[in-house]
Formats: sequence, C-alpha cells, structure tokens
Amino acid sequence: MHGPATPRPTRARLALRARGLAAVRSFLDTHGSLEVETPLLLRAPAPERHIVALPVPGAGYLAASPELQMKRLVADGSGPIHQLSRSFRGGELGRHHHPEFTILEWYLPGATYREAMDQTEALVRWVAARLSPPDAPPRLDLDRPFERHRIADLFERLAGWRPGADVDDERFAFDLVDKVEPALPRDRGVLVHDYPASQASLARLCPGDPAYAERFELYLGGLELANGFTELADAAEQRARFERERTAIAAQGREPYPLDERFLAALPRLGLCTGVALGFDRLLMALAGLDDIGESTAFRWEEV
Amino acid sequence: MYDSSDIRKNLKILLDGQPYVVVDFQFVKPGKGTAFTRTRVKNMITGAVLDKTFRSGEKLEPAEVEQLSVQYMYHESDQYWFMDTSNYEQFAIGEAQLGDQAKFLTENLVVSVTMFKGQAVDIELPTFIEVQITKCEPGVRGDTASGGTKPATISSGALIQVPFHINENDWVKVDTRDGRYVERVNKR
Repeated sequence: MHGPATPRPTRARLALRARGLAAVRSFLDTHGSLEVETPLLLRAPAPERHIVALPVPGAGYLAASPELQMKRLVADGSGPIHQLSRSFRGGELGRHHHPEFTILEWYLPGATYREAMDQTEALVRWVAARLSPPDAPPRLDLDRPFERHRIADLFERLAGWRPGADVDDERFAFDLVDKVEPALPRDRGVLVHDYPASQASLARLCPGDPAYAERFELYLGGLELANGFTELADAAEQRARFERERTAIAAQGREPYPLDERFLAALPRLGLCTGVALGFDRLLMALAGLDDIGESTAFRWEEV
Repeated sequence: MYDSSDIRKNLKILLDGQPYVVVDFQFVKPGKGTAFTRTRVKNMITGAVLDKTFRSGEKLEPAEVEQLSVQYMYHESDQYWFMDTSNYEQFAIGEAQLGDQAKFLTENLVVSVTMFKGQAVDIELPTFIEVQITKCEPGVRGDTASGGTKPATISSGALIQVPFHINENDWVKVDTRDGRYVERVNKR
C-alpha cells in the first residue's frame, strides 16, 4: 500500500491547501455560484445508519455534512450555492479519514446528476491546473477523459454479479470494498453512477428504472472523492427513508436523532436540483499524490 | 480472539489454518457505506502475500506463534542446525526455507525464530553482523579514496562487495538485509 509518510515542509503544505481552496472558490464563482455558510451545530442531523454525528452535550450535534441546511436555502430560492465546511464523523480514522474534515458541497438548481458529473470533472481539472506543477503525481493523467460506468456493469465485470432492485446490501458493501474499488484505474478519474435503489441515500430514483437511483461517485487516484445526486424532492418518500435509517440506528443501540421537520417541510419546494459533496482534503491528496489525509491538513489528527 | 479493530501491523492471525502476519492495513469506509479494514497479509510459512478485507467487528483467530532466541551451530548438507538457548534443544531448518539468509549464518550467531505448531516458520537475523573476510584479492595501495569495490567472501559463505582497502582476515560489519558492507571493525 505505501511506505512511511513523506514529511512535507509546513509552508509548502499550507500553500497547497490555500491554492486548492482559492481554486475551488474561483471555479464555482465563475459558474455563478454563491458561497454560503450554514450552521455546524445542528439539532437534527440527517439520520444515516453508517454515519455517526457527534453529540455536543446540551447543544445538539456537530454537522456530519451541511446537506439539509443547504437544501433548505435552495428550496427558499437561493439559486446555485456552495460551501466549504468542516464536517465531523465519529469512529472514522485512518489514512483516508479524519474525524474532522473539510467538505466542499455545492448545489445546482435545475440540473440533473448528468450535468453535475460534467461539472465535477471540470472542477477537478480547474483545481489541478491551479496547483503548482511539482505537486502533480506523475501517475495521474488528467488529460484523459474520466471513465464513466454504471455501478451494476462494474460489479458484473469485477465481482461476477449484477446488483439490482433486490440487492443484498451487506454483500454489495463487501464486494465494493473488496473487489470493485481496488480494481478501478488509478491513473485517471472514474465516475461511477446509477446506484441500486437501496443505496440511494437522498437521491431520487431513475425516472425510467426505479431499481436504480440517480447517484454518482467520483474516484480519483483510487480515492473515493465525491458523492452527488439528483435530489429527492418527495417529502413523503424522504420521511419514509429517514424512518428506515432511524430504525437501523436504533437497532445498532444508538439514540436516533430527532427528525428535521423544517427540512421535510421545505423539500417540496426544492424542485429539480443536484447536489455534490466532495472531500476537499482527499482532493488535495489525489492531486498532490499524498498517501495520508494528515499530509493535506495543517495538523494531523494525531498532532491535535 | 481478535476483533477487526485490533488489526495492526505485525498482528499474527490464522486464516484457513495457516499463520499470517499483517504487513499493512487500512480503515476503509465508503461515504454512504459500512466500515471495513482492508489488509495485506503474509503467509508466515510460504511467504505468499494476499489482500484480505475484514468486516467491522469481524472476529479473527490469533495464530499461536512463539518467538525463540536460538543460536546457530552448524550445517550438514542442506540442513542448518540451531539450539534453543533456554533448554538446549536442537532443531534443523532447511536451506530452502532460509533462502538468502543462510549465507549470513556464522557459528554462535543468535537469531530470532518464529515457531508455529512445533515448526520454525520464520527466522530473523540481526540487522548487522560482524564477519571475517576469508577470501579476496589483495588491496591496491593508494586506491582507498576511489570509492570502487571488489568481491570478497565472508566466513559465513556470502559473496559481498567491499572497498579496495579491505584484505583477507579483516573483520567487517555487514547489513544482513541486503549484504551491504558497512564498515571495517577492529577485532583482536
């Protein structure tokens, strides 16, 4: 997998991040997006069975993502918006995970996930072009168009079976990590799309094929970098999915968070909209060839 | 039993009845998915390396291996004989299993051996050994600064590269990982 982390001079490490932040902002600004800031301290985080929002005694929870609040802004007519925000997730620590990390999240009202995939590809190239050339790892060739695959096709080829409407979530998760992800090309971007409906998260289902959802993920240099989808705008369906997640959270022995009724009330006004969440620290890792997320931040988690 | 959260480098586990050592591991968690630990493990008997993914919370069986400090004695055809210094028991390890390490074994050298079900599965030499040069061409006077090297045979049998100023019967320090000459040492 890799040798010991290369120590980077602190100034160069900080400069890489500063250039990356500036590049992300200039890209989205050029595309007519408005930078916003939403609360990091939440009363009702989105219930997701595999994401642990960290409780703050007497106050609520640290945001695991700014998703619900940003969708409320779009529903209220904000137009295209983006945010670079710190997010917090319990129990996630490793070479690609810090419990505190930076998410770039942006929303494109009127767009589907297809247009968002194009824009995500363009954003990666824009940022890469604005980092210093010595930062670019030779093994990543961004001149090549990103590969695009339906996830069912990848599974058929790499895991020997085709996930559909009745997918076994456990088996899907294991083979994704064990067979599919390790086999993805590392020298170019890969966009994986049309996830099984049970993996829809907050995505709408494909209008012509409800076995799959309009959701995509970006892989770059072998790293899972971004997750985007055409947003589900059906409040009843969203409530049902939240309840399923809350049941699963309770079954894990965790306290389910309160339902965000304000979000559910705003959802019918969202309309057609696509949102993308991108791990900004990992974007720097992929573009600069870093092996450990702690090399992309001013401090490693172990140093905090 | 170990749990997937116990996975660390050098953890020794049993897979399909064979002892494996973890050489690398990584916490993996797709954004919307469950957590796994992806590992690279090495078979302690065959040396074969494979990738293995464990589910979060999955149980792992420890490989009951024992580390012994043993002294090298002698070899007879392709069998290398060692003595357990704690109980004076002697046992042999085949040349095939020792591989390149065999040619760095000198009499009385203390090495670390990993035992699994009564069988030696891994041997670890000290990183540096001090050995005597048994055979090499004479040094060339005045050529000490040129940085060139010449082949030399050491008492354990390995052929290494040494600087020109090293002569037969000299003692030298050698890195057993790559057979590299480190320095000349004074021994009376």
